[in-house]
Amino acid sequence: MSKSTDIKIVDAPPGVEGSGFFATKLDTVVGMARANSLWPLPFATSCCGIEFMATMASHYDVARFGSERMSFSPRQADMLLVMGTIAKKMAPILRQVYEQMAEPRWVIAVGACASSGGIFDTYSVLQGIDKVIPVDVYVPGCPPRPEQILDGIMTLQDIVRNESVRRRSSPEYQELMASYNIT
Amino acid sequence: MSDLLLPPEHRYAKMIEQRQNEDGSELSILNLGPTHPATHGIFQNILLMDGERILDGEGTVGYIHRAFEKIAENRPFYQITPLTDRMNYCSAPINNMGWWMTLEKALDIEVPKRVQYLRVIVMELARIADHIICNSVLGVDTGALTGFLYVFQYREKIYEIYEEICGARLTTNMGRIGGFERDWSPAAFKKIDDFLNEFPDIWKEFENLLARNRIFMDRTIDVGPISAEKAMSYGFTGPNLRAAGIDYDVRVMQPYSSYEDFEFNVPVGKSGDTYDRFCVRNAEVWESLSIIKQALAKLPEGPFHANVPDYYLPPKEEVYHNMEALIYHFKIVMGEIPVPKTEVYHPVEGGNGELGFYLITDGSRTPYRLHFRRPCFIYYQAFNDMVRGQMLSDAIATLSSLNVIAGELDA
Amino acid sequence: MALETSVIEDKLTGKFGDKVTGFIQIKDILSFEVHADAMNDVMRFLKEDELLRFNFLTDVCGVHYPDNEVNRQFATVYHMHNWMDNVRIRFKSFLNGEKPEIDTATNLFLSANWQERETYDFYGIIFKGHPQLKRILNMDEMVSFPMRKEFPLEDGGRTDKDDRFFGRKPDNVNNN
Repeated sequence: MSKSTDIKIVDAPPGVEGSGFFATKLDTVVGMARANSLWPLPFATSCCGIEFMATMASHYDVARFGSERMSFSPRQADMLLVMGTIAKKMAPILRQVYEQMAEPRWVIAVGACASSGGIFDTYSVLQGIDKVIPVDVYVPGCPPRPEQILDGIMTLQDIVRNESVRRRSSPEYQELMASYNIT
Repeated sequence: MSDLLLPPEHRYAKMIEQRQNEDGSELSILNLGPTHPATHGIFQNILLMDGERILDGEGTVGYIHRAFEKIAENRPFYQITPLTDRMNYCSAPINNMGWWMTLEKALDIEVPKRVQYLRVIVMELARIADHIICNSVLGVDTGALTGFLYVFQYREKIYEIYEEICGARLTTNMGRIGGFERDWSPAAFKKIDDFLNEFPDIWKEFENLLARNRIFMDRTIDVGPISAEKAMSYGFTGPNLRAAGIDYDVRVMQPYSSYEDFEFNVPVGKSGDTYDRFCVRNAEVWESLSIIKQALAKLPEGPFHANVPDYYLPPKEEVYHNMEALIYHFKIVMGEIPVPKTEVYHPVEGGNGELGFYLITDGSRTPYRLHFRRPCFIYYQAFNDMVRGQMLSDAIATLSSLNVIAGELDA
Repeated sequence: MALETSVIEDKLTGKFGDKVTGFIQIKDILSFEVHADAMNDVMRFLKEDELLRFNFLTDVCGVHYPDNEVNRQFATVYHMHNWMDNVRIRFKSFLNGEKPEIDTATNLFLSANWQERETYDFYGIIFKGHPQLKRILNMDEMVSFPMRKEFPLEDGGRTDKDDRFFGRKPDNVNNN
């Protein structure tokens, strides 16, 4: 059993401190809050999904990273974890799920299949989910160990922490979305 | 709403209209899946609902079709094991061993007794891992998350044993033609011993949590039943068939890998409902533990692979220093040593039933045709029959207890 | 083994004559060929005969033999199992390469339904009398039958493979 004194709290961002006040940039505060409460939407299709089950179960416990609540509704999720092979038949559904998510949204492609099609270079498999939706973090492995999945989530946390609050309305981002035909 | 989902000529649209005309009540259409969290895998079911009761269902599968059989026709025999891993990824070693045994049957290779016993041990461990997932997730679907979190720690222990044997956790790619790539380390046996000492208490506790739990029993008894005749006609095998009362088990009917040397019971159920499936799997875990104990006690000394230099990779040290070994290594890796022209069908008792490999070779470096008899694919077609007339929440429990693995289902 | 293979062979040839041919024991399973017209009757006989009692349809699958003569370019392979005597049996029906058609087995075994749909999906073999013969694993829009030998395995859209190293045609890359 862990003692309450063992619990680690996220460090405050750099800022100006005095008696009764603390000043910092809005960006860093928002980034910190977002990074530590990423609600995952597990889009598990195959083997990697089983490793994700291990990641969220007692031994590895993804809840330690602020992802306690699995959000099975795309409307209330921040982070789409695509785990496993996405067949061409599945691609439109994946895309629909992504479109249903509210901004800001991030995507992790877990495993070789989601990243590139993996060993399944076949007529029926989508060769990487980045053909249909933009991806923020790729996790290698077939399947990745739970530690690797956690590492992917931590990498995403870094990205989220340092993301500007204005990024989602920037022309570059609009352009990226337009290149995927997502409005 | 329904006309948005279905074309007007669909039979459900007609049934809805007919009902509307009969008594003015409204039937509805529910789209379950393919990414529904409770389906553990991606299948779509379009259900015709009367309130919360399912009148009819139509399943769509193939959302993770990866063309295993086509890939197999283009790969040398050694490169097919990674495909078998990814079929039923909950019990990958059974698939691996099944494939090696198929090849050994095609090549008429006799494997040493020690290898056969080691295979039995690892296959039974895989069966336990498979049943842990199925039964604990059935608990989750009926509202008991605790058991899942508790027993999953012990599934991790099984994965640690796999790692000790072959280096991988989930998709093991274990073994070679004729045996294993290396002898099992003392650490592996130590881990198996530890597992055998610790796990029975945990499994007993898990059993106590659910087996006589009033809520669990109410949620599962008489839910999704199937009669023995129907199960047989639908091609059920494995625990789901045995829950319906037929004691068909490939390990007994057609013993492979020296299963005939071990004493074990084949647990059977009676009514083929969700509770019986739970109980059969539960009892099978105990039988598997007993088989592993017997195999460890009787484990003979001897080589860890058959003496077949044409098909078994030479040790790495020799490949570096011995020309002949290098040539063998090259030829085997490149798949240059063909398998003679033949046809074999080899069944093994997988986690979900009879997993069959039907291999046709034409004397070349790749199979001419390799067909996998995938138990999930064959019995999942009964699902809509089983849930007809049941409540929606019962359908979820039924699906969970059938343990349909999407990777195996869709090939 | 209680049920001798010679008994099976005699009973089948006695009943169906030259519709069943080529009995051969391959490894542990007795195999034979059935003329496509008689497939359903042979299966019914195997299932319902009091002595044979092949009560379980283990497996249905297709095979493509493009190099054979046109009447034998496709085959459907059936595995059946008698649980009482524990005997397995395998039979093949060869079909025409241009018009592969055979009767369905769904009237005898419910499990044949999806297995025949899968065979249709992969090879385009038409099962006459099947209740719902449409694609099962692939998308409905697909036009090819991917398991036929002439269709390539690889997806054309993959751009990270250099075809010089994989012996592929140039049109497989850079096509988007």
